[in-house]
Amino acid sequence: MKKRPDYLLFDKNTTSLIYGMQTKAVQRMLDFDYCCRRTTPSVAALVDPGKFGSEKVFWGKKEIFIPVYPDVKTALKKHPDIDVMINFASFRSAYDTTMEGLNEPKLRTIVVIAEGMPERQARHLRAVAVERGKVIIGPATVGGIAAGAFKVANTGGTIESIIESKLHRPGSVGFVSKSGGMSNEAYNIIALNTDGLYEGIAIGGDAYAGSTLLEHLLRFEANPAIKMLVCLGEVGGEEEWKIVEAVKTKKIKKPLVMWVTGTSIKYMPKGIQFGHAGAKADASRETAEAKNAALREVGVVVPESFDDYDKAIKATYEGLVKKGVIKPAPEVEPPVIPMDYAEAVARNMVRKPTNFTCTISDDSKDELLYAGHKISKVIGENYSVGETIGLLWFKERLPKWAAEFMEIVLKLCADHGPAVSGAHNTIVTARAGKDLMSAVASGILTIGPRFGGAVAGAALMFKAAQDAGQSPDAFIADLKKKNIKIQGIGHRIKSLKNPDMRVELLKQYARKHFPRTKLLDYALEVEQLTTAKKDTLILNVDGAIGVLSVDMMYGLGWDEERIQTVVNSGGLNGLFLLGRTIGMIGHYMDQCRQKAELYRHPWDDILYDLPADE
Amino acid sequence: MAQRGIREYHGKRMLARHLDGFCEESVGYDGHIVLVDKDTDWNKLKKDNPWLKTDKLVAKPDQLFGKRGKHGLVLVNKDIAETKKWIDERMGKKQVVNGIEGTLTHFLIEPCIPHEAEYYVAIKSTAEGDAIYFSLEGGINVEENWDKVVAIKVPILGGIEDVNVEKALPAALGKNKKMVASFIRGLYKYFAALHFAYLEINPFAIAGNKIVPLDMVAKLDDTAEFCCNKLWGEDIEFPAAFGQNLSPEEMKIRELDALSGASLKLTLLNPEGTIWNMVAGGGASVIYADTVCDLGFAKELAFYGEYSGNPSTSLTYEYAKVVLDLMTRKPDAKKRPKTLILGGGIANFTDVAKTFTGIIKALNEYGEKLKKVNARIFVRRGGPNYQEGLANLKAAADKLGVPIEVHGPEYHMTRVVSDALKTGKGK
Repeated sequence: MKKRPDYLLFDKNTTSLIYGMQTKAVQRMLDFDYCCRRTTPSVAALVDPGKFGSEKVFWGKKEIFIPVYPDVKTALKKHPDIDVMINFASFRSAYDTTMEGLNEPKLRTIVVIAEGMPERQARHLRAVAVERGKVIIGPATVGGIAAGAFKVANTGGTIESIIESKLHRPGSVGFVSKSGGMSNEAYNIIALNTDGLYEGIAIGGDAYAGSTLLEHLLRFEANPAIKMLVCLGEVGGEEEWKIVEAVKTKKIKKPLVMWVTGTSIKYMPKGIQFGHAGAKADASRETAEAKNAALREVGVVVPESFDDYDKAIKATYEGLVKKGVIKPAPEVEPPVIPMDYAEAVARNMVRKPTNFTCTISDDSKDELLYAGHKISKVIGENYSVGETIGLLWFKERLPKWAAEFMEIVLKLCADHGPAVSGAHNTIVTARAGKDLMSAVASGILTIGPRFGGAVAGAALMFKAAQDAGQSPDAFIADLKKKNIKIQGIGHRIKSLKNPDMRVELLKQYARKHFPRTKLLDYALEVEQLTTAKKDTLILNVDGAIGVLSVDMMYGLGWDEERIQTVVNSGGLNGLFLLGRTIGMIGHYMDQCRQKAELYRHPWDDILYDLPADE
Repeated sequence: MAQRGIREYHGKRMLARHLDGFCEESVGYDGHIVLVDKDTDWNKLKKDNPWLKTDKLVAKPDQLFGKRGKHGLVLVNKDIAETKKWIDERMGKKQVVNGIEGTLTHFLIEPCIPHEAEYYVAIKSTAEGDAIYFSLEGGINVEENWDKVVAIKVPILGGIEDVNVEKALPAALGKNKKMVASFIRGLYKYFAALHFAYLEINPFAIAGNKIVPLDMVAKLDDTAEFCCNKLWGEDIEFPAAFGQNLSPEEMKIRELDALSGASLKLTLLNPEGTIWNMVAGGGASVIYADTVCDLGFAKELAFYGEYSGNPSTSLTYEYAKVVLDLMTRKPDAKKRPKTLILGGGIANFTDVAKTFTGIIKALNEYGEKLKKVNARIFVRRGGPNYQEGLANLKAAADKLGVPIEVHGPEYHMTRVVSDALKTGKGK
């Protein structure tokens, strides 16, 4: 590749590496590139200490990968054309990382974004850069831009601002300032009053900048494409006096429009800190007035106030056009960059159908909502666990009697000793050294028609029979004929004479508090008939919970369709599932506490009954 | 922030803690010094610092101002009882120093050391490198005798190792030359390692084989806090300039500023003024203030301030409320309208409409008060969503019945200032 002349830091082929995972800045650079119709992205690599990988960014409409390297050296080895480093390292590490860049012979320009680098470090970096013929822009800068060619990081703001300020194609003006914020404004002023910017640099507002206003003006002076210079100085420091000297000694011959800000500082209390660290006049030479006057005296175009800055730029530009020095740059229509989806949403410019619907909770608002109830209300008004379940399962705050029923069920189902399949599996899994989730999941996976999962089935069967007007006799006969076991009937040892205390408690509660117990009554009639055949064929705890859940829903005044939907969903098994999870977690913790070893089932407890040895 | 002054007390304590570590031979400064304020427990102070009871003492205010001797604010060669009496008489009293009135709040006390010669040494950081200044004639007249000061430049890359300090010092130092050179080399290393921006010991004295700093002025580069806080010590502070007494509103903005990542600043200039610039951005805010002054209205500028760094809607609201409250306290004595300039450049990525939401909320709260002071509003701002922001602002002011003009980036940034000042003159 042809070497660029010294006065040109950036052109249309310049490629850079970004130190730090600043994907937004990278995207903004690539959008700019696309607008300028660059053929290759201006960012060739990212550096993130210790990492290899890649980042996905848009190149127009298409997504491309930018590689990520663990250090500057590796990035440069893979991409030998890179000669610009944009350093986003924080003020803590900006010095070391910039040194890393200065040690690379191929890097020519290093932009240091960090604010708050110690002055001594910044000064040392500059001295090293000068010694090695490199250019540092910053620290504490937004960077700079070569219109239509290369944009440093976040310079120029949004792509709309960039196009409005005509930065997507080169004009004839070179601009340099300390302030990054004001450079944006200056590009706008230049676009409104001239044929546009050629190159703009913000050197940063710190007391010791890596490169100076004058150094950039001298580059612009040497660049034949730049016809006029615009500069914005600042109170404090000696920088502007060097420009006075350069104009006086004809080192700068191109027309220069300049204004030094901070003229109001003399009306401010002593020691006031203006925007920038460097903006502080220690001597009368460093005041804005003194510098403006000196610049004016050597022939620099200095307006009376910033309010005439635009007019001064316009007049100077028009003079150059008249003289034929400037042939106004043609306007160029930039290609349209597709808007980012997130931004289009923010601006109400797009809509799309959703893939999911949620009607029970909302975390997208300021405060978490359960079925429209703010979490602060749920806690503030001390909603019970039953009421909270009501919000999330049934989307309403249950009355006390129903909420309490739910809680009774949870308490009754919470555990049933270590021998049942759920607890057993949990214990065996815990003893195999697995985590809580695995242990509880293996327990939960045993819940089904034979263990704990008959709640929903019982509700479904009994409700269907009662709805159909079947007598308990017919119901039993019908199922017998089909050879189907009645869900919720039968216990291993309990009988009418030796009742299950849990079922008794549920019945007592329902009789006392439920508005109706019609399905329970029906189920008890069935029980009378089944226990006549075998005394352990009682309404068991699953069955009681199932039929009472249906009675509860009727008692709440719900319509038939709503109740049937809940019953059909099988969701009533959730009562057992939720309750029993408490016990399973308990068993897991119990085993961990004991440091229980791996369980191995004894051989003598297994009948080995294989085909005979052949 | 950057270069900030520290108290002489902290400067000398740091010197006593660390200087010997940078010197070839011990300088022998013992760091006997105490700082007292109105809450000092003198009995504890005496117990912790037995030398207070045995030595003859020196006392002076320690509040970042110089020329204390010329203002009669140095007490020399007295015992602790007399010293305490002298301080008690001055503590909390108003004092005019170099034309600025402030309150005396902090005094230092140290032993009065008998000595012969008084030398001057200062180290200053500049863009080209550090410079060491030395004079045989230290004391209050060093500036008048600047031609007798020796300047020693220290190159940035080579550092002090590349400099022959001893050769640069005046021959008249005689037998003390070697000792002074060694002290200056150590002092420079200390200056660099602790990120000083300025350090002046004027004068320092030689007492036997010890070097004693008698008076010291120091500024630290506060951005080095992250790497130097241990060396600076836990008790380091950066006091406000003498006489800088903050109003409650200024205090409030400082608190808001400290609480958030955004930047909020407010310095009252003339609360009776008719021009109220509420400007986004550090650079732009200076230019708006400049333009008011350049156009001849400096006296009318009510305050200097800025908000930047993407402040939240609520933070902008709080800031606007403070400004509007100050602005609407009473109408102008000459019945002139009060002008609120909501200015700013073109924002990079800050959502202008969002920031304006906070301002609109505050305007709505102060609508009636704004009308009572005959307020007018001039707006100029660019950046993401500026059209929507300007339209919302205009609708809100129209509804309140407060005259308003809004402009976007097509309008020169400060033209609203000249517009406002012109119409102000006309009425």
